[in-house]
Parts: sequence; C-alpha cells; structure tokens
Amino acid sequence: MSNKTFHIGGIHPDKHKITTNKPIEDAGLPEIAYIPVKQHIGSPAKILVSKGDKVKVGTLLADADGIVSADVHSSVSGEVLKVEEIEGEFGYLEQMITVKVEGDEWEESIDRSPDIIKEITLSPEEIIAKIREAGIVGMGGAGYPTPIKTTIPEGKKVEYLIINGIECEPYLTADDRLMVEKAEQIIVGAKILNKVLGIQNAIIAVDENKPNAIEVLRKITRSYVGVNVQVMQTKYPQGAEKQLIEAVTGREVPSGKLPVDVGCIVQNVGTVNAIYEAVQKNKPLFERVVTVSGDAAENPSNFMVRVGTPASYLINKVHGNPAEIGKIIFGGPMMGTSAVNINAPITKLSSGILLFKDDHSFKPEETACIRCGKCVDACPVGLRPFAIASQVRDGDYHEMKQLHVLDCIECGSCAYICPARIPLLDYCKLGKYELKKSK
Amino acid sequence: MLKISTAPHMNSPQDTRSIMRDVVIALMPALVAAVLIFGLNALTVVLTAVAACVAFEYLTCRYLLKSTPTTGNLSAVVTGLLLAYNLPSNMPIWMILIGSFVAIVIGKMAFGGIGKNVFNPALVGRVFLFISFPVQMTSWPKPDFLNFLNTDVETGATTLGILKHIDAESSATKLVGGLENLPDYGQMFLGYTGGCLGEVSALALLIGFAYLLWRRVIGWHIPFYYISTVFLITGIMWLNGGNIQVEPITQILSGGLLLGAIFMATDYATTPMSRKGQIVFAIGCGILTVIIRRWSVYPEGVSFAILIMNAFVPLIDYFTIPRVFGTGRK
Ligand code: SF4
Ligand code: SF4
Repeated sequence: MSNKTFHIGGIHPDKHKITTNKPIEDAGLPEIAYIPVKQHIGSPAKILVSKGDKVKVGTLLADADGIVSADVHSSVSGEVLKVEEIEGEFGYLEQMITVKVEGDEWEESIDRSPDIIKEITLSPEEIIAKIREAGIVGMGGAGYPTPIKTTIPEGKKVEYLIINGIECEPYLTADDRLMVEKAEQIIVGAKILNKVLGIQNAIIAVDENKPNAIEVLRKITRSYVGVNVQVMQTKYPQGAEKQLIEAVTGREVPSGKLPVDVGCIVQNVGTVNAIYEAVQKNKPLFERVVTVSGDAAENPSNFMVRVGTPASYLINKVHGNPAEIGKIIFGGPMMGTSAVNINAPITKLSSGILLFKDDHSFKPEETACIRCGKCVDACPVGLRPFAIASQVRDGDYHEMKQLHVLDCIECGSCAYICPARIPLLDYCKLGKYELKKSK
Repeated sequence: MLKISTAPHMNSPQDTRSIMRDVVIALMPALVAAVLIFGLNALTVVLTAVAACVAFEYLTCRYLLKSTPTTGNLSAVVTGLLLAYNLPSNMPIWMILIGSFVAIVIGKMAFGGIGKNVFNPALVGRVFLFISFPVQMTSWPKPDFLNFLNTDVETGATTLGILKHIDAESSATKLVGGLENLPDYGQMFLGYTGGCLGEVSALALLIGFAYLLWRRVIGWHIPFYYISTVFLITGIMWLNGGNIQVEPITQILSGGLLLGAIFMATDYATTPMSRKGQIVFAIGCGILTVIIRRWSVYPEGVSFAILIMNAFVPLIDYFTIPRVFGTGRK
C-alpha cells in the first residue's frame, strides 16, 4: 500500500534537494547583526535597549506587545549600534536593532551542554510560560506566536498533535537536516507538547523522500512512548497545515475554521526543536537552520545561522558570485519572496536563501489561457484559479466570493503548473485583497 | 541588479508550445501510416493543410487583429494536421485551402484565438467541407500499401459506409458489396482500409495516445470513456440481434472514432475543465456517435458528436464545479 497523502490536487515539482546530505554547519558570526523586532504575525515587540547598551547572546532586546506578539532576543554579544528603521527583505523599512558583534558571550542561564534532558519536570502552565519567554513562533513560515497555538481554547479538545516534517518546498533541506541531526531533541519536544496539550500521542509526519530522517526518527522513537513516525507520500503542498491534517487524519478543516476545530494541532519540526531548547535548556529562539542553495550557489549548504545575519554573509559562505546572482529568494521557490536588499537579515522564519542566476530570474511572459484545466487539477483547495483570474481581470469581486478565493492558501501550485504562464497566484492574492477591502 | 518577482519562482517545464509540440509528435505515427497506405498524396494533403493553417493564423494576427502572431505556440500546426487527417487523401488542394481558412479564421480566430474557441477548429473546417463538397469528401482512395505514387483514381468504400448501405438496404449495396467486403481486424488495426487519411491506422493512433499519456498532455479519461461508451452500447445492440450489423470491435476500429477520441475530444479549449465534466462529455460523445452512425443518413458520427458536445461544455462545466476543500463534505 502506498503512503498517505492529501486527496485534492497537488503537484510534483522538481525537488532540487541538493543539500540533503550536507550536515548543518555553524555559519559563524557576522560583523554586524540586524535584528528585526517583528519576526512574527502580530504587533512588533517593544524595544527595551538603546544605543550603546552591551548585550549578550540571549539577552532580551524587545518585549512581546500583547498576546499576538513575540519576544526578540539578541543572537550575538556586543554593543547596540543603533535602533532604527532599515530596509528589510521586502524593501520596506522595518524597525531593527543593530548590534556590533564582539566575542560570543552567552547569558549564563542558557544550558550549553550537548546532553539531552529527557525528563519533563515543568507543569503545562510553566512550559507555556517558557515558550513565551523564549520568543518562539511558528518556524515553518507562518510566524504565528507559538504560545497561542499551544493554549487550547475553552471547550475545544485536541486529539492529534502532528509534527510537520514535510518540508515540501523544492531546494529546502533545513528541516530534513534538523530531523537527522536533532531527532532526539524533536522527540522530547513532542513529548513536552503532549504534556501541554494533555494528549498521549504525537505523530511526526515525514515524507518518503527523506529516508535518512525517517530512519533516525524511527530508531529513536522506539525508546519513547507516545511519539510515532508517519511516512507520507511526497506531494506539494503537503506541508500546508490543512492539507497535512487531511492527509494524516482524513479530517477537513472547514472553510474559515482553525485546525483546533477538528481537534488537531500542527507544529513544525523546527518549532518543536526550539520548544525543547527553551523548556529543557533555557535557550531563547535566536538561531535556526537555513538552507543556502540555488543554481548560483557554488557550494550549497545547510547552516546554523544566528538571527540578524545579513543574507550577503551567507552568500559569501556558499561562494555565490554577486555578479552572477539575478535573484535572491527568502524561503522556498514556490512561496518565498524575492529580496530587494542583499543585506536583508535572516529571521526566525527564514528557512532558506536561494540564489538564482540571471536567466532563471525572470517571470515568463503571460499568454492566453488554453483552458487546459491543469490549474484546477493542481489546486489543493479545489478552486478554479483560471476563473478567479478572469473575475479579477473583470473586477467582479462579488463573483469572486462565490469562487472561494479567501480559501486560497497561496501555495502557487496553479501558477507553477499553468502552461500559459498566467501568474494565477498574483490574481488570487489580488482577489483576496480586493475582496477583504470591499467588505 | 537584483531582480524581484512574485512567487512562485519556478514553473513546470510544460508550456503551451511544448504541449502543442507533443501533440504534433503524437500525430506523426499516423502520418507515416497514411503515407504507407495512401501514398505521397497523403503527405501533400497534410503539408497543404498545415501550411495554410499557419499562414491564415499569422495573417489574421498580423493584418486583421494587428497583434503579435500566436503561430509560435504551434497550435495552428495541430489544427492543420487534424484537419488533414479528417480528409481523404485525394482531396483537391483548393478545397483544403478553403477548409483551412474556415478552421482557423472562422473556427478559431473569430472567437478570439487559442483557448476561446467553442468548437474544435479542425472539425469546423471538416464539417464545412463535408457539407460543401460531399462528393469529394466521401470518395475514398483504396489502400495500396507501399505504392507511394498512387495516382489511381480507384476508390472504395469505408467500413462504416458498407454497413450503412446494408442497414439501409439501399440499392447501393450492390455497389459496395455486403458484409463479406469488410476488412478483417488485422487490416483495420494496421489501417489497411478506406477512410480519411489519418484515421485508418488504429496502431499508429494508439502509439500517439501512449506518447500523450506519457508526456502528461492528456489524461486517459476522455478516450477511455468515449470508446467504452461506444463499445458498450453497440455491444448491447449487437447482442440484442439485428439492431446493428457488426460487433463492437469493428465499431471501434472503424471510422474516425480513435482519431476523434484521442485527439479531438481531448482538445483543451473545447472540452470541460474538471475530470468529472470530462467524463460526462466523453460519455455524451459516445452516445451521440452511436446514434448518428445507426440512425442518421451519415455513416460516420464522430465529428458531429464532438461538435455537438462542444456546445454543451459551458453547461457541463457549470454542473461539475469541483468541491472546495472544507465545504460540504458528506
Ligand atoms: S495558490 Fe491558491 S488557487 Fe492556486 S493552487 Fe494554491 S490554493 Fe489553489
Ligand atoms: S492552467 Fe493556465 S492555461 Fe490551463 S486552464 Fe488554468 S489558467 Fe488556463
């Protein structure tokens, strides 16, 4: 029998997972770190430091402003140079704390020993407090503050905890390597979440194109009760929350509802690893694994990178020749954003930096829809992207509601597959935007 | 200079041009078969139709619509091939030119070009010729294997033509002969029989089908449901006795069914978008094909069946909208 997968739509783009077997290297320290105070969904954190302050690795730089927000810690030690608005990856000005790096001095409270601490002594409330103090957010890309996701609303019951180890974006291998190298930490992290959510069993979902991760996880989970590995068929976008839930449990999150409404919680493996480190090691979230790859990277690699490290520093590390680079993508090629600024910093959400050569950097020319239906077949939500595009062109926003454009998960499958090269995802995003505005 | 663009930053290797190129490649075995069976005349017909279709599309874009010609996407080549495949190999050149004009200018460009046409352009061209020049459109050169310079004017009947006359018990039966004149399965499978130049060889068309499936240009659904429907209905009629003259295998191998089911009922623009809709469309084509073959004055019904179903596509699309994730699951 073949492995499980989601049932509506999906595509099989070329994998390009060239860094699968490259161990995570320490990227080292940049000269200057640019640490944004908003690396999550919600309000920016309130800045606690000012120019001239000395900070250590793990020092709290900015405090969560309300529930939907997250703490930001320093990823380096040194002196705060300035606190001001700097151009971020999207070219917008963002509030950043600039730290001149001096040495590598960590806060004493952080346990830096490599031993795995298996015993979970804290109570669920204490665990959630730890997660909050560590500034943990969904590291799969959503950036939703994790404490909210682990606090179950009154009257709801969680039956499934799914640890997302799918990483379905081409090129990216950050989660893959993390599972191979930090499997036990992730497993203990899953047990911590079991305790918080009051459930017995966590499922680590990994897709079949990661045999190394599967082998290591399977071996270690044997000595843990309550954490299991589920191997999934490879298909994009299986890592999308609702698609993964359907694939694993057969339950569909109703349109406009949350996973918890069908008794499910999904956490990315990176997030779970961060939870382990926060709860067992007192370590805030200030570094992450980043895949640096793409056809303009001479030596594509996986790095452990401090948040705030400029992309240019990593580009140097993989011997990317800046003259050859046509495009820099933060994230994966399907959903990632192309950066305007080569010095834009790595954040808690940066799973990859992709360098594309000039001739791969242009969007192909849009031609006429040939009604092939491939976008309809590809859409994992069961939408009709060609129809959305034509309604957006006509400016008929009433009709668009009928087309369920708000359910679009922006996975880009439709635009990827379209032989006429119609930028269907752009039309969907525009449609969503206009529809929300018109309400 | 850094480029910026919106996601996704990757595209499937398949684009409109590569799809059309694949269809052209898939049609090549049938062209080889046509030349082997009907001689170089077949090649002349094909080249004329292709050249004319491309030229008409280019000229329409250039001088009528004043837009960048779309001929680069090769869809006009496909239309030309399909039109030619639906003609007898002794079709006069000037008639082919008229057919090509109707196919491209009226059947395709008048609707707004690729993707916007309601009816399959090649079939529009074919039916126009059929109505305008019924004599030339139904005189079938006899197959003459490897006689490339087949300039013989000797013509024979198609399998379905023979059956029609028997069914009708018309006086023409004497002319074409009875059931004993039908080709055997082997002849039909290889294409050693009278008919339109591209439709006769089942083998060549099936090779093309396999190629299209392999290249993921089309799914198997439409050809499968179309052909199965014809097989089932004619099978039931045959078992009931007397209602139809030949068993279903001959029904499938004769006429333009394979060419139509594989290459024309799968035309993107003129068929439904969703899997479900495509199946409804294919079954409809199958039913109409049998009805026309059995009860109309025409021996063959594939072209008309597909054209009629083309007109129902918006309706089928409307009733087969896919279910949206997270809504109304039972
Ligand atoms: S981007 Fe939206 S419309 Fe396109 S395939 Fe993904 S969910 Fe469907
Ligand atoms: S994939 Fe592109 S060409 Fe095909 S139906 Fe969708 S929008 Fe049209």
